[in-house]
Amino acid sequence: MNAFIEDLKLGLYQTFILEDNYQYFVRGVGVTLLVTVFALVLGLVLGVIVAIIRSAHDQQPEKKKGIILRILNGICKVYLTVIRGTPMMVQLLIMWFVVWASARASDGNMIRCAILSFGINSGAYIAEIVRSGIMSIDKGQMEAGRSLGMNYADTMRFVIIPQAFKNVLPALGNELITLVKETSIVTVIGLKDLTKGAMIIQSKTYQAFVPFFAIAAIYLVIVLFLSWLMGRLERRLRQSDLR
Amino acid sequence: MKKKIVSVMLCAAMTAAVLAGCGSSDAAADASAATEETTDAADAEDTAEAEDTAEADASAETESADVTTVTEGVLTMGTNAAFPPYEYYEGSDIVGIDAEIAAAMAEKLGLTLEIVDMDFASIVTSVQSGKVDMGLAGMTVTEERKENVDFTDSYATGVQVIIVPEDSEIASVDDLDGKLIGVQEGTTGHTYCADDYGDDAVIAYTNGATAVQALLQGKVDCVVIDQQPAEEFVAANEGLKILDTEYVVEDYAAAVSKDNPGLRDALNNALAELKADGTIQSILDKYIKAE
Repeated sequence: MNAFIEDLKLGLYQTFILEDNYQYFVRGVGVTLLVTVFALVLGLVLGVIVAIIRSAHDQQPEKKKGIILRILNGICKVYLTVIRGTPMMVQLLIMWFVVWASARASDGNMIRCAILSFGINSGAYIAEIVRSGIMSIDKGQMEAGRSLGMNYADTMRFVIIPQAFKNVLPALGNELITLVKETSIVTVIGLKDLTKGAMIIQSKTYQAFVPFFAIAAIYLVIVLFLSWLMGRLERRLRQSDLR
Repeated sequence: MKKKIVSVMLCAAMTAAVLAGCGSSDAAADASAATEETTDAADAEDTAEAEDTAEADASAETESADVTTVTEGVLTMGTNAAFPPYEYYEGSDIVGIDAEIAAAMAEKLGLTLEIVDMDFASIVTSVQSGKVDMGLAGMTVTEERKENVDFTDSYATGVQVIIVPEDSEIASVDDLDGKLIGVQEGTTGHTYCADDYGDDAVIAYTNGATAVQALLQGKVDCVVIDQQPAEEFVAANEGLKILDTEYVVEDYAAAVSKDNPGLRDALNNALAELKADGTIQSILDKYIKAE
């Protein structure tokens, strides 16, 4: 038991204090959060656009579908199939080593590449989540909006999307949590995120226990915080339900 | 075809053995397996079972009597197979100087060699925690590593060099300031560069080949890596050249767990014999072309 405590002390010392190693965690958390937040924003924008196109296509009667809508729907379908059908890590490697092969490995470039890859990936999942929300709103809501004189875009914006958003919030929270944890694979392109920080410390000090448990705890805290935030948002949006 | 069936059955047997939490049967299964099986790192856990099975290995020679390994009768070696000429893939087999030396040592000890490919940075921890018996990966003996694992006697030497594109403005070590340096994570080159030029200047890749790939694409300005792999990389890719550094000559050795001095001594004996009969030198000569 004493030996274990001594080991733990040494591990803690080497992981955090020696050569200012704690800096790896501090900066790693920053990178992880930065990538997550911007990827989420990009994913939401992409996802909502794709979801609106897909559901607009699916909800129109067959005869009324214009040629543009059909083409856009086709593009969206290909996007969803390819992005959801290939592993995230492969997409990241392709983005970094093939699509953006000319990029220098500066931190800025790696972060931009990670945000782009994760945003595009997340967008595909968010699109389907949001589409499920839009499709879940009764057809009568759209009809009511239109018969009140609102046009399609306005009805979408003021009637359908707000209700759909509330419905899909739990699923979006899920996607957000997955995104936070999935960013750990940016290590393959050399970006120094939280996981890479622990790996570098492991390679410097040969300690595995403390650094990996430390980042596990940090990820857990981030996820707990995000879940709490989502919970608050859900409660806030449910206020009008109680009467 | 027959071999395939055997290997499938072997996999099933090993899985079953692990599921049952009983390791005594897979040692016997291993003995019948083809020699020098290479497996994924994940599979290494499967082998971490059979420790103190009493049954003596029929094929074992007398020397191995006092040697304990992770899996009985098998010498498990952890390496990073993207480091030519020390270890690299040829087809689906891992070959190279380390692979051949390990095979020769295993033969001396009457053990079957099994090579596990993993990230270089994980090798020392894997040796420490008993996932593999030894790490043999062109690994330099350093003080930090010595605190965590034991090393055998050295079998080769190397030195860190810089790979740059032929038209690079980097002409010597003095020009590295402010440049992006690609390295292999956890190598001495990584440590030296992080110490000399700061962490921000150093991009660590999980293996040397990826670092060179990044250099070819202009993602980094240079790569600091051991000399012999560097020569292989430069030979394999056009437009690269090597610059010398002032870092000291390093000794390569096998890393063995501190809890297993018996294996370390046995490996040292085997190494000494192999050095004496010229096997080591002939392996080195085979892979490293004289200049």
